[in-house]
Amino acid sequence: MFRHAAKNLLRHRPVPTTSAAGAAAARAPSRTFSADAPAAQTADAGFVEAWKKVVPNIDPPKTPLSFMEPRPATPASIPSKLTVNFVLPYASELSKKEVDMVIVPATTGELGVLPGHVATIAELKPGVMSVHDGNEVTKYFVSSGFAFVHANSFADIIAVEAVPLDRIDASLVQKGLAEFTQKVNSASTDLEKAEAQIGVDVHSALNSALTG
Amino acid sequence: MAMAALRREGRRFAPSSPPPLLDASALLIEHHVPFGARSISTQVVRNRMKSVKNIQKITKAMKMVAASKLRAIQIRAENSRGLWQPFIALLGDTPSIDVKKNVIVTVSSDKGLCGGINSTSVRLSKGLHKLNSGPDKEPKYVVVGEKAKVQLIRDSRKHIHLTISELTKIPLNYTQVSVLADDIIKNVEFDALKIVFNKFHSVVSFIPTVSTVLSPEVVEREVESGSGKLGELDSYEIEGGSTRGETLQNLAEFQFSCVMFNAVLENACSEMGARMSAMDSSSRNAGEVLDRLTLTYNRTRQAAITTELTEIISGASALEG
Repeated sequence: MFRHAAKNLLRHRPVPTTSAAGAAAARAPSRTFSADAPAAQTADAGFVEAWKKVVPNIDPPKTPLSFMEPRPATPASIPSKLTVNFVLPYASELSKKEVDMVIVPATTGELGVLPGHVATIAELKPGVMSVHDGNEVTKYFVSSGFAFVHANSFADIIAVEAVPLDRIDASLVQKGLAEFTQKVNSASTDLEKAEAQIGVDVHSALNSALTG
Repeated sequence: MAMAALRREGRRFAPSSPPPLLDASALLIEHHVPFGARSISTQVVRNRMKSVKNIQKITKAMKMVAASKLRAIQIRAENSRGLWQPFIALLGDTPSIDVKKNVIVTVSSDKGLCGGINSTSVRLSKGLHKLNSGPDKEPKYVVVGEKAKVQLIRDSRKHIHLTISELTKIPLNYTQVSVLADDIIKNVEFDALKIVFNKFHSVVSFIPTVSTVLSPEVVEREVESGSGKLGELDSYEIEGGSTRGETLQNLAEFQFSCVMFNAVLENACSEMGARMSAMDSSSRNAGEVLDRLTLTYNRTRQAAITTELTEIISGASALEG
């Protein structure tokens, strides 16, 4: 009952003529999201303009930029801390955490990222990622993904799967390694060989993570 | 006299925007009967009341089911919201980019009774299609979900390249969606992918959103032109031996699967929320119809009793003389 009353109130508001009531109800709260940086605003504004010309009857859709906080610009001097966002498909492990250093397992080896690191895009291979904050070190085993380091000392690490090291079972790792090594030897097609090789890579990385 | 009163009551219902149900019950009362004949039967009204009550129970149950499903999936959708942000931070968002081959991926639900969210997505997709149509560029559709497929097939059949249905039969997970994204990328040539979905804002509000994923060639082109956010991509070093082209290829595929995962989760949440609202208003309407039918039923019953009483009393007084 009260929801209907709220909708009626919004309908009486002076609203631009060409909007559906539902969109009107949605637009009011969505304003709290938009915190666009000026450059981003022009891209969005261009889209909205073009939309209104071609399809005037429907509200233009929102774009992801309006749901995101803008990132700060590159500061003049190197900041003291690195801000890390570590995201997985099912959780945001670290969100805007200020740390001293992160070490990520890039395809070419361990990449250490400190504040003021040059902007980099790195693809990750299965390995250990460690986050250093003062004296505490948190280690995760990541399966694969990407790491972006931006010039403003923001680091984004996107991994498909990550587990803290203490959750890995050593005996299962050994078993998996043996199984996949055997599959590599007995693989017939290229596809099977590639899949088995991936298994071997991941398990040997797990192994060295546990031992090393 | 009782009949006249009833007829007046019945007429009061007719002008207020009634569901067809109410018209029928009003007609029931206005049925012209010869004086004295007791043909007012409560059976019809009683049947209608029973069916409306059943509908109310069913819609209430559907609302509860949708509410419980929503709780489960909302947590997952909110957790996955961090997934696409790094890509936007790196590559920026250019929904108005001008490319030849646009592919519009419309995400919708398989089941109905969820309010207007699927129609909103379809209207948006058609709007995007119109926006991006030109002399030599025709956007194509990739449709996820039965509801959008049914609506789009009616007038854009030749533009639909691929349809995917029954995505939510098993609980959504990243592996499944990344396989789907892989399939789409393999089968469709694209310069820009526009994913249309309903972003879940709250149980009663869903925001139609379009996310853009560019193909590596287009990104390369934009980097070279040096404009906007993508122009800054040149300053990023690529770690490792691969060229920027190869890295961008992997990046585009990864971005698409992440964005699809978030889109599908958000759309599923919106579907549950919309279904909750729809079923809630449906049970409320059914309740109102039931109230009116109950009043009608009582009046009919009381009229029959009054008629009987008056007959008996007038008969008795006639005997007394």
